[in-house]
Amino acid sequence: MSKLVVTSIGPASSVQDGGRPGSQRYGLVPSGAMDRLSLAAANTLVGNDLFAAAVEIGPFGASFTARGGAVRVGLAGASRNADIGGRPIAFDSSATLVEGETLNLGFARDGSFSYLAIEHGIEGEPMFGSLAVNARAGLGSPYPRPLQSGDELKTQAASSAAERRIELPVPADAPIRIVFGPQDDEFAEDNKKLFIDSEWKISATSDRMGYRLEGPVIRHLDGHNIVSDGTVTGSIQVPGNGQPIVLMPDRGTSGGYPKIATVITADFGRFAQISAGRPFRFKAVTMAEAQAEAIKFHALLHSLPDRLRGIEDLGLNIEALRDANVAGQAVSAVDVTTWQVAVP
Amino acid sequence: MATEVRLIQMAEPLSPPRLLPSGDAAITVEFSRTIDDAANRRVLALDRLIAAEPIAGITETVPTYRSLLVHYDPVQINFDALGEQILARAAKALPSETGTRRWRIPVTYGGEHGIDLEDVAKTLNTTPDEIVARHVAGDYRVAMIGFTPGWSYLSGLQTFLHMPRRKDPRLLTPAGTISIGGIQTGVQCLAGPSGWHLLGRTPVRTYQLHRDPTFLLEPGDAITFTAIDAKTFAEQDRAAEAGAFVAELVTP
Repeated sequence: MSKLVVTSIGPASSVQDGGRPGSQRYGLVPSGAMDRLSLAAANTLVGNDLFAAAVEIGPFGASFTARGGAVRVGLAGASRNADIGGRPIAFDSSATLVEGETLNLGFARDGSFSYLAIEHGIEGEPMFGSLAVNARAGLGSPYPRPLQSGDELKTQAASSAAERRIELPVPADAPIRIVFGPQDDEFAEDNKKLFIDSEWKISATSDRMGYRLEGPVIRHLDGHNIVSDGTVTGSIQVPGNGQPIVLMPDRGTSGGYPKIATVITADFGRFAQISAGRPFRFKAVTMAEAQAEAIKFHALLHSLPDRLRGIEDLGLNIEALRDANVAGQAVSAVDVTTWQVAVP
Repeated sequence: MATEVRLIQMAEPLSPPRLLPSGDAAITVEFSRTIDDAANRRVLALDRLIAAEPIAGITETVPTYRSLLVHYDPVQINFDALGEQILARAAKALPSETGTRRWRIPVTYGGEHGIDLEDVAKTLNTTPDEIVARHVAGDYRVAMIGFTPGWSYLSGLQTFLHMPRRKDPRLLTPAGTISIGGIQTGVQCLAGPSGWHLLGRTPVRTYQLHRDPTFLLEPGDAITFTAIDAKTFAEQDRAAEAGAFVAELVTP
């Protein structure tokens, strides 16, 4: 039996998977990964099911040591400096730690959450079909809480499969798309316009329950208390102080503030990755557009296995990068921690 | 437009609910904008009918006071097509009281278990005993379960006990808290934040892992409370921790 021992880890890091839908009528929220595309990419790299349990790593650094045998991992999501025993490792690729080796991960560079998937998965006791941590409800396995130093993630020894990388579309630096509703009629048209026309920042006090937004005050037509009704991941509720809160995967299943809009499914992971303090905007789309994007996003998730490439193909990409450098991009073809940035 | 669908059921037509988009993968089916017992019964009736006559693409439903939140997979069905099918079911989903389960839930009131009882009595110009007597006399129904696992919001609180919520919500209130807030009363399962007034505690776990069923109460269940002393609470709390329901199923 191999295991990955957590040798150091920051806050906001926990085991997450596709979540546990189906019990929201009893007040149990599904939880699950903040960025499902990155979770699925990490899992695909090591041959796991798309939404198998993996380690969701918050913005700070982390390190993991293989014990009891070799462990293969897949890394995706917010990129970071990464090495195994001093040997640089690229994101969006798999790598193997032999017994006793340590994987070191730096701070997140271009987002908030990275995903570390383990070949053969993480051993644990599923609760409502999921290992995802929901600390408030005492759920999650192997630990019903965020990860701490010394925690052990048990798995099976690494296979002899070749290492892989995965070609992902470059995330668009575009506005986060929303559809208005369910309670946009609690707001005057000029306040809806203010919501769409303004620049927003995510507050540092945000967490897996909700992202607090900082920007202009959004006013309600008549009061901020409505009768509690159901929420979804991506609901944008506006409390009395007029500063919206976007509900994240550990949200309460019901809430009593008017919800002006909802982040579309296809953009939710990209929204979850926006770093605290970085300005961004929203854009309103129609239901038809949002649902067409949801269908495209579903197709992208299921295309991930077709996007795997051998590590040996890397040489071609270095050539491509050299071309990119000639074109003036500030990317080093020999620095594996940045080579992927310019590759679509 | 789909919202114009109206089917006549028996003598009186049921007014169609509003279909509100909650993103691209959920619809809020709203029967009322206020807490309204008749609307809540229609929510629960629609929930039951959708369970009995499923619509392909629906992934789960969440009944609340005034609306039914329907989660669905937009890859399988789009907003307009699903909306039409929901309205057709809403037009024939008649509230029914048959098969309602009734639970008797033990509560120890006041003291360390209900730290707001005396203040509530003062505010309402009466005695703690009178507050307990009125709370125990109530006939309640689970209008919705939400916020955190097992947190059951009950309708049926008598007008005398209606009180605005606290100005400063508490960040931590104990597991099993029985409280009142606004026109509602509630059974809270897990420790957590609350802005309601704490009258007492129950040993009953409305949510407990590794127990069958994990969730004791269902939306629509009828509830009455019975007062117990602190010693009985301690005994029943141990039994509940070991997996006993402690709540008594009176009917069916």
